[in-house]
Amino acid sequence: MGDFSFFLEVVVGGLLSGVMYTLVALGFVLIFKASGVFNFAQGAMVLFAALTFVGFLEFGLPMWAAFLLALAAMLALAVAIERTVLRPLVGQDHMILFMATIGLSIFLEGFAQLIWGTKVRGLDLGISDEPIEIGGILISQFDLSAALMAAVLVAVLSAFFSYTKVGRALRAVADDTQAAQVAGVPLGFIWAVVWGAAGFIALVAGLVWGARLGVQFALTLVALKALPVMILGGFNSIAGAIVAGLVIGVSEKLAEIYLGPFVGGGIENWFPYALAIAVLLIRPAGLFGAARIARV
Amino acid sequence: MSAQGPLLSVAGIEVMYSRLALVLRGLTLSVPRGGIVALLGANGAGKTTTMKAIANLLRSERGEVTKGAIHYDGARIDGLDPSDLARRGLSLVMEGRHAFSTLSVEDNLKVGAYSRSDGAVAESLERVYATFPRLKERRHQPAGLLSGGEQQMCVIGRALMARPRMILLDEPSMGLAPLLVEEIFSIMQQLNAEAGVTFLLAEQNAAVALRYATYGYLVEGGRVVREGPARALAADPEIRASYLGLDASAEADGASLAARRRPRWLS
Repeated sequence: MGDFSFFLEVVVGGLLSGVMYTLVALGFVLIFKASGVFNFAQGAMVLFAALTFVGFLEFGLPMWAAFLLALAAMLALAVAIERTVLRPLVGQDHMILFMATIGLSIFLEGFAQLIWGTKVRGLDLGISDEPIEIGGILISQFDLSAALMAAVLVAVLSAFFSYTKVGRALRAVADDTQAAQVAGVPLGFIWAVVWGAAGFIALVAGLVWGARLGVQFALTLVALKALPVMILGGFNSIAGAIVAGLVIGVSEKLAEIYLGPFVGGGIENWFPYALAIAVLLIRPAGLFGAARIARV
Repeated sequence: MSAQGPLLSVAGIEVMYSRLALVLRGLTLSVPRGGIVALLGANGAGKTTTMKAIANLLRSERGEVTKGAIHYDGARIDGLDPSDLARRGLSLVMEGRHAFSTLSVEDNLKVGAYSRSDGAVAESLERVYATFPRLKERRHQPAGLLSGGEQQMCVIGRALMARPRMILLDEPSMGLAPLLVEEIFSIMQQLNAEAGVTFLLAEQNAAVALRYATYGYLVEGGRVVREGPARALAADPEIRASYLGLDASAEADGASLAARRRPRWLS
């Protein structure tokens, strides 16, 4: 195999794993964009969604039914969060909302395991992990399917935001919350929709990552992988999350292969964070993030 | 005032921010159906807080109405969700414009129709474009790229999309050239005369406001210190001295009135 096709293989592999990071980051970005809240509980939502899905599978339901039921559970969860956590805290400082999501995260982790148990479960989505050869490059079928799922998800979400009445209202809330309320947009409903969409993303991320790592507590840590993606892409940019996820995926793989041998390997795990710190120094708002311009 | 009573009545409200800063101290006013009522006062007098109290926006700023009541169309409205008011035909055009800067002009206007479920939204859109032809030219541009005057038209147009019976117009002249101010105010007058929209207008620019309004209230330190028909207020020597800067002979009185006007941090 030529050096170049090996390089391409690393790049494609990186792109595909980057999609997996994007999936998790999207959930954060959505909520941050709409409400300025960093949702610490996104990782717990991924675990909750995956456990719920696997739980329904274990009842013997077919996969599509388990998916729909798990989606319904995530939407119900979103409504419950809006009623019990967000609504009473309207107008509070963002730091207080952030701390509330930490509490929510701890609750969700406990609640999910209370219902579904703590044992590690395998999740087989019926997609083989055999590599296939495309144009002389070996590509993981599973990664490719995950990337396709993510692409469909992003397309559905962006069509929703661009062309529907609720999507337009959601962009209005993200732009200027008070003005949107005055224009007749009910904030509670919009927040429930946003958290519902984040729950939907968490479910897809939970399936993909759960099939990779097994459905277990460690899924909540997947959220940590999203942090450098968001720092690189900007906390409030969906396009940023997509591009940054891909950049992180490719760069960590390239760093591992080409820089790793000089420092004894193991770069992959910390390289994204180093990259994120470098970005923070040079461009704190991220590649696509809007720098906050405040009138003094 | 019509036989049915005022469209909006604010009765002795007190507004407190963060449970310690008392900004409104028993403010009372009423707006008759079909009227244009001006709420005058200097910066920090409590005009915007009054508008936000009526629109129920205080909660998201950690403020609350601690005393008094607000009635609109015979029903008590304090305690409703802000978004319910658009459905009842009461719209606020906020101070400082607040167009959705990342949304196109047309999307801005469409958000204004969020509370409506009838099929005539497209028709309303055309009516707004007829009122503000400049918005139609720029309908696909992000509102953030519009000039100040155009943004003001955009947010007034957005309020009109809800087909309001009453508009609270907060400081529409802020930062606009005199000619544009006249244009905005004459559109307000036209909407009032032709569509019967009632206006409560908060303005620092008392000279212009009193020309268009039928009745006025002067607010100082969170309460109404003077009220009357617009023409009587415009002729009042004290108001002429401190708010219109017209009558030099009343300077001594004006100074005492101005001395009571201290800047306030929260309003």
